[in-house]
Amino acid sequence: MRDILDKRVLFVMGKGGVGRSTVAAALGLAAARRGLRTVVVEVAGQHRLAGAFGSDDGEVLAERPIEERLYAISVDPEHAIAEYLSLQVRPRQMGELLASSRMFHYFAAAAPGLSELVTIGKIWELAQLERRTRGGSRYDLVVVDAPATGHGMAMIRTPRQFADIARIGPIAHQARTIDAFVSNRKKTGVVAVALPQEMPVNETLQLRDELATSGLRIDRVVANACYPERFTARDVQALRAAAADGHGPLARSAMRAAISEQARAREQRAQLRRLREGFGQKAAKLPFVFAPELDRTALKALSRELEEAL
Amino acid sequence: MNIADVIADKRIVICGGSGGVGKTTTSAAIAMGAAARGWKVAVVTIDPAKRLANSLGLQELGNEPALVDPELFPPAGIEMEGELWAMMLDPKRTFDDLIDRLAPNEKARDEVLANRIYQELSNAVAGSQEFTAMAKLYDLDRDHDFDLIVLDTPPSRNALDFLDAPDRLTQFFEGRALQVFLRPTGLAARVMGRGTGMVFGVLKRVTGIDLLQDLAVFFRSLSGMIDGFKERAQAVNKLLADPGTVFLLVTSPEREPIDEAIFFWRKLKAARMPFGGVVVNRVHHDLLGDAEVEDVSAELADDLGDKLAARVADNFRDYHVLARRDAQNIERLGKQLRDDRLLLIPYLDEDVHDVEGLVRLDRYLFATEEERQAMLDEVVA
Repeated sequence: MRDILDKRVLFVMGKGGVGRSTVAAALGLAAARRGLRTVVVEVAGQHRLAGAFGSDDGEVLAERPIEERLYAISVDPEHAIAEYLSLQVRPRQMGELLASSRMFHYFAAAAPGLSELVTIGKIWELAQLERRTRGGSRYDLVVVDAPATGHGMAMIRTPRQFADIARIGPIAHQARTIDAFVSNRKKTGVVAVALPQEMPVNETLQLRDELATSGLRIDRVVANACYPERFTARDVQALRAAAADGHGPLARSAMRAAISEQARAREQRAQLRRLREGFGQKAAKLPFVFAPELDRTALKALSRELEEAL
Repeated sequence: MNIADVIADKRIVICGGSGGVGKTTTSAAIAMGAAARGWKVAVVTIDPAKRLANSLGLQELGNEPALVDPELFPPAGIEMEGELWAMMLDPKRTFDDLIDRLAPNEKARDEVLANRIYQELSNAVAGSQEFTAMAKLYDLDRDHDFDLIVLDTPPSRNALDFLDAPDRLTQFFEGRALQVFLRPTGLAARVMGRGTGMVFGVLKRVTGIDLLQDLAVFFRSLSGMIDGFKERAQAVNKLLADPGTVFLLVTSPEREPIDEAIFFWRKLKAARMPFGGVVVNRVHHDLLGDAEVEDVSAELADDLGDKLAARVADNFRDYHVLARRDAQNIERLGKQLRDDRLLLIPYLDEDVHDVEGLVRLDRYLFATEEERQAMLDEVVA
């Protein structure tokens, strides 16, 4: 775990529905417990973290504390653009005028990737030891709950693309700075989240290849929602025999559920093997949580498991 | 609810929902089921990952529909009476094709295709997928003779992008913005309000002159195509609202995907898009009813031994927690939508990622309520 906590930014990436937000929150909790001042960043209109910590009063556009040493922020492109301009343009009133002008909105709509750029720019800003925003304090680690695979990759690639488009001028210069930071593996890490199922594993392997084209590598793989291995193949034989014996419908349902569980666990092992072969390291396993909701207590328990598994 | 009824008088089915809920496999299963029943069907995915290709055992899907080998199906227990065609959208190629069609001449076309702003726009930018999907859907509907086109969409976070794509693109290419970039101090700038020249000056300072110049060149080279874009956008809007089009939402029974489905449904309603129902995948059905888990271990202890019987009971208890959660979320969904067109697919033993899996899914999708209940009873008993 220590090596990934030495980075300045960790992107938590993966396919939709695999539990990126949960893993990002668990990572944040684990880092904070280890004494790192940590901020978890949600993007693209997500506000799940505050909800999970029972402080869901809408958008969290400014950093705010959710646990000791742990902060959350939701980065909204429009807000980030306005903040960028107010920092960038002097006098400040001129920046505000620009941000509110229709002209600028046309520009923002027309310049490809601008909202991805300011989003990743804000992430970069949060990771700076000397913060640019007024009153911004320093973080040891920024954990990013990145958008799902395709859009997540687009976000990471944006700075370089933007630098290539703009070529010269302040935006190009800043895009280059951000790109250098993001592609510096000492500073930026990637944690990939997968479910131990065929499709999510396929996408994780694909993500590995796509990241490589941007000079990045997946530092750790987390296999989320792993079923417990309750039954052996011999158990299943016994269950099948018993089911043929003629029990009541309830007992038969229960046995059937057990047989399904074993089939699932077997498939899961095969997928974990694929991950290990694809990455040359074992995936960190997180258990399936049999609960209606993941609340603060459950998240903390998961973060301890993650800390141990990493 | 039954998919056969939903698609009976439709030409286009659009499947929406959040990521990881089985949208791509559901789209593929619907398309396969309709094709098996004698229709000529195309299924289009715009998912950046190659999931559909995986499902159908294809290595690559091109940007044009390709016939899926009918021999794939009989071994999986399904006879293909019609034709199943599949394609994975290539946003860049679709955009290029569109420019090719709309450009007044070769010179204009080449100028746009070579423009760096265009290349980035068509390639990487979020939203271009959604737009090109709509453009492709329109072309497929117009230029081919499919009985049914099933479109798999990106996750519903982009639902708005998706529905708004044609309008946004029209605005994007709208003459006024263009005029401003071409002549920042001209008449259009005055129309935009005083101070535009000054704002432009600041913008220049922030972005660098190159970027603005490139944008101006980009807009200038596109200017001959704007009417074509507008017409296309209008036609797509018409197609979306057509009585032959229907939206199906796909979700799983966890809280967040259900929230997304409700969100998407509201957007559909606000946009007056035709809604056909919700497919809820991976539902844990309540098998326990009023009984107690302890009854299970008591009944099985003799046969299986105390330890295994206890583990069977533990597993069953965990399953039941999920069944209760699913039931609550599905109830909430039904209440919010004030609609009973919910099609529940049980949590199948294996994940669907091959033709056999599609066939299993297909049996549930195309079954009548009674048949589905019978299948379910068979599974749980």
